[in-house]
Amino acid sequence: MAHKNIIPIGPQHPVLPEPIHFDLVTEDEKIIDAIPSISYVHRGLERLIETRDFLDFVHVADRICGLCSFMHSLGYCQAVEEIMGVEVPERALYLRSIWAELSRIHSHIFWLGVAADAFGFESLFMQAMRLREPVLDIFEETTGGRVILGVCKVGGVRRDIDSDSLKGIVQRLTNLKVHLEELSNVFINDYSVQHRLSGIGFISREDAYTLGCLGPMARASGLAIDMRALGYAAYKFLEFEPVVETAGDCYARCLVRIRENYHAIDLIRQAVGKIPDGPFDVKVKGAPDGEYFSRVEQPRGEVIHYVKGNGSRFLQRFRVRVPTFSNIPAMIRVLKGSEVADVPNIILTLDPCISCTER
Amino acid sequence: MKIFTMTKTVTRNLVQGPATLMYPQRERVYTPITRGKIENAIDKCIFCGLCGKRCPTYAITVSKERNEWEIDRLKCCICNLCVEVCPTKCLSTDNHYAPPVTEKSQGLCKLSLVQVSPATSDAGQPESDGGEP
Repeated sequence: MAHKNIIPIGPQHPVLPEPIHFDLVTEDEKIIDAIPSISYVHRGLERLIETRDFLDFVHVADRICGLCSFMHSLGYCQAVEEIMGVEVPERALYLRSIWAELSRIHSHIFWLGVAADAFGFESLFMQAMRLREPVLDIFEETTGGRVILGVCKVGGVRRDIDSDSLKGIVQRLTNLKVHLEELSNVFINDYSVQHRLSGIGFISREDAYTLGCLGPMARASGLAIDMRALGYAAYKFLEFEPVVETAGDCYARCLVRIRENYHAIDLIRQAVGKIPDGPFDVKVKGAPDGEYFSRVEQPRGEVIHYVKGNGSRFLQRFRVRVPTFSNIPAMIRVLKGSEVADVPNIILTLDPCISCTER
Repeated sequence: MKIFTMTKTVTRNLVQGPATLMYPQRERVYTPITRGKIENAIDKCIFCGLCGKRCPTYAITVSKERNEWEIDRLKCCICNLCVEVCPTKCLSTDNHYAPPVTEKSQGLCKLSLVQVSPATSDAGQPESDGGEP
């Protein structure tokens, strides 16, 4: 029997943009166990709610994560609105969906780049970063910020987008789609990419279900779990269908993200076609009294925001359950039995977002 | 043929030039609504302190006795809440970012009504900078 070794990976590692640590128990080149540890950069944002006004806390929720910033503020606002019984205008719902889908495109293109970097395809990484730029430009023109949007607020949104700009956005996304197809072709057809991804990090449909997988990880294994089907924001008015692959390996997870990019562009086109005129926010009076779980689909999966208020301006409890956290058990299952050289790939195809996990 | 795909990319890159902005030669264009930094037209300020109370990062301190308004640019997250609550609309968001600093104390920017020149700073940081390199 081979000698057992423990190989530490992280919290600082070239392929990990954020601090997460694994102790990999190995036998020769095979991993037989993986012990994760998180909480290297815990920030205590949830506790902040006790000292901040609930309307101002949207800005804190916005800063939980950079890539899914808008989804966090959206989830928090939805929870507070539901407790207070605020009727959000339809135009605001559509605008929220548009920004949420733009965030998804931006996050998935970023992920494609980082994944390319992880399997050593530097120029593909650069191309992906270049393609992400038009989306960031749209963000800056419509919200004033490139990464932290800060447009969502309790009762609606802060800024409106006029119809000419909306048409412009669709036009720019159509242009982006052409370039994106070129980029995706490399991911889908390139021999070296396939060699690096297909068959690696397999998780079956049953395992994905029992271990509580979410987001692209679950959808790549054939589970049609997508919170957008619940019809929050404007998704109830749009033709939406979860993107599902069945192979369950790294390549399938990559395909899910590529197809979701196109689907997001399509959803934005639909939303721009259907968006009604009218006000984009309502005035909020009083303070929340009650509790609510709000479920929102982030680029990485379902995020749950739990908000509990007692009728004062300062809420009692705020809790975020992020997709990365519930994907960690599945990550351990996938890592067991894989080769040491595939570990960076496997970890990255789950798209761990540690700044979300350590809010 | 793979070689021809490559040639296409090479020629396109040669014709198009670099994808990045050649920064010092070409100035970065900011949109009108870019949230760069908070400015205060101190002549109109009534030092009510609403902006300081509303600030999520406690970056603004207002002193009514000394007629002083101070912002810590390194703490400010440019959320625009102070601009929204300002009763006299003397606060505004400039679309250029604050200049880079090397020490934390240089991020402080103090404005007071007593002095003749409205734009002063305690750490020698000029306030009316506009287009910084």
